[in-house]
Amino acid sequence: MTDCAGFTPTAPLAIEEMDVNYKGFGAINCLVSAIQQRHISNMDEATETEELTRLHPDHVKVTRIVASLFMLVLIIPAIIAETAAYLNQESGPPNGVFIIPVLLIAAFFVLFMPWRRYIHRGFHMSADRIRIVRGYLFRSDTIVPFGRIQHIDVDQGPIQRRYDLATLTVHTAGNHNSTVSLPGLLHEDAIAMREEIRAHIKRDAI
Amino acid sequence: MAAGEGHRLHRLGLVVNMVGGLRNLIFPLIAIAFGTSTLDFGYLLLVGIAILFIGFTLFFSWLAWTRFRYIIGVEEIRIESGILNRNARSIPFERIQDVSIEQKLIPRLLGLGEVKFETGGGEGDEGTLAYVSTEEGERLRELVRDRKEGAVATPAPEIANNDDGTADIRRFEPEAEPLFAMDTQRIFTFGLFEFSLVIFAVLFGVAQQFEFILPFNLYDIGAWIGIVEDSGIDIDAISWGARIFGAMAALASLIAIGIATGLLRTFLREYGFRLDRTPKGFRRRRGLTTLTDVVMPAHRVQAAIVQTGFFRRRWGWHALKFVSLAQDSKEEGSHVVAPFAQRPEIDPIMKEAAITPETLDIGFRRLDWRWWFDQWALLLPFALLPIVGLLIFTDVGARAALILLLPVIAALFVWLSWRHCKKALDENQLYFREGWWSPKLTIAPQVKIQSIEISQGPIARLRGLAEMEFGIAGGALSIGGIPVGEANAIRQRLLDEIVKVDFADVNRG
Repeated sequence: MTDCAGFTPTAPLAIEEMDVNYKGFGAINCLVSAIQQRHISNMDEATETEELTRLHPDHVKVTRIVASLFMLVLIIPAIIAETAAYLNQESGPPNGVFIIPVLLIAAFFVLFMPWRRYIHRGFHMSADRIRIVRGYLFRSDTIVPFGRIQHIDVDQGPIQRRYDLATLTVHTAGNHNSTVSLPGLLHEDAIAMREEIRAHIKRDAI
Repeated sequence: MAAGEGHRLHRLGLVVNMVGGLRNLIFPLIAIAFGTSTLDFGYLLLVGIAILFIGFTLFFSWLAWTRFRYIIGVEEIRIESGILNRNARSIPFERIQDVSIEQKLIPRLLGLGEVKFETGGGEGDEGTLAYVSTEEGERLRELVRDRKEGAVATPAPEIANNDDGTADIRRFEPEAEPLFAMDTQRIFTFGLFEFSLVIFAVLFGVAQQFEFILPFNLYDIGAWIGIVEDSGIDIDAISWGARIFGAMAALASLIAIGIATGLLRTFLREYGFRLDRTPKGFRRRRGLTTLTDVVMPAHRVQAAIVQTGFFRRRWGWHALKFVSLAQDSKEEGSHVVAPFAQRPEIDPIMKEAAITPETLDIGFRRLDWRWWFDQWALLLPFALLPIVGLLIFTDVGARAALILLLPVIAALFVWLSWRHCKKALDENQLYFREGWWSPKLTIAPQVKIQSIEISQGPIARLRGLAEMEFGIAGGALSIGGIPVGEANAIRQRLLDEIVKVDFADVNRG
């Protein structure tokens, strides 16, 4: 796994995850590993070697619930349209001209996207900085030194609370990346991380 | 958290919220009053809706009030809020730059105030307690001051107070040499380079606004010719020589107007420009009709920008701007400290802000050309499709092929932009040059960088290239086309420098 270290340390984890839980995505799996293989060959000079930590698995559930709530906006009209079309047609079963495409879109955004986001997101907190990696097509890898953090938020939405998760947000003085947030942490972990960062700010200042 | 821990906001704040809600209610109520004026029970309905609305506002602000706590810790202030979405914000005392107490009319009548903790965070909204009693506000401000001083040795006062009451001797001394100033001749030269045709845009805009009172249609060329002919001139009878002369005269007057506008605007803005180095920081005074006087603490400077233009560069004219933790004016991120100066004048100003000017041996390197090529290639289909469409479906013929020049011109611009993009890195600073029409050099001290992000899109990833985005307070700096490995190495190196110093120490006077 060490040869993959660098800009995309989530990659090996990602492939494992797919092998275990998502055998159905075999084709995508191959594509992903092919692209990553090529990508890794560019990574010889990479210097960031630490392992990234995954978010809590329940984070996928939370994002899926949120996504399905949004999808209701599409699904409900589709059901109505489908019913109307069925009542108007003379014979035969409902043909699914409305509901099938909508369900496919919903499946993409509810089942696939939260999972893909999850496997490509990771963080690492060392003694003096926090690193957050995310994105698959458009990747970003952000490091904020504790010494540059202005204040810290721990947020908890109603769905997150059900799974005892929280979002940690750090604010910097920079115009770019003035807020960097990390969702999907266990609430107690988020609190512990906050305390650690805060303690560091204090220690630095003395 | 356990109930009762921490402090609640003042109860009377609910009244302020209610009054604020009433203000929002005025227009809808007027609308409803009109809509229901024909009904017999219209007024009853109106009162009913108003009471319902006030009830709702009160209920929700009461709910928010019960869920709001602020806790004064040993090292931080914690604010917990939210009815469904719970938010717990932690603001270390060390980071609080300023505690402001704002009293609007209604809170003031009730003896309340809005306390804001300002940390210099990027988005402005940092920590607000709306509303607490004035005494509590004062107590919080004192407390923050005490805690900060407890943690930090008080910096020596800049000007010592004498026992006999003469506080500031320097005040009576004649004003020292300015760091930089511009005399009338300099401003005149500056104005010549500020050529501007904005006046025509303004005139056209005005004409468009008041078109209805003009006696003719603005866009009807025939009408314009008509005006000329009405004054007794037959356009067809004018000779070619006269026509060319006329065109030249029109061009000359255009240039003259452009220059005059530039001069006027420059004089209005820059007249009496003077930059001083005072104990408090850089003090800039300028302006003819509206004189502005700005003081910017030197330690708040986050980066320097040296900017020039295509023409003014030939005569060595540059402008120097400081990117700063813009506490004084939220809208202007960077302050112009020398709008029109030669490099030998600029470098000493930069040094005053602890920024070292670039040297020749710094080793500026170009970035990967493929980053620029890919951007051009991505736009190509969007440019070519309409052209092909024109060629196939219309009879414009071979002349349309001239449009094919557009991608070629675009390629030229992309190439120029690549040639002029260069970066360099030394022990303490980061340098970035960009732009060919108006070249710009950014010099950022490494310790003032707030965060570093490395990002890649799908194409960049195939190329093994990345973009580095640096979080700078009051400004932005992003450099594209760096090989991923190099980007990681640069980041590692910068971070090792950055983590050695805390934000508070970097930006303390």
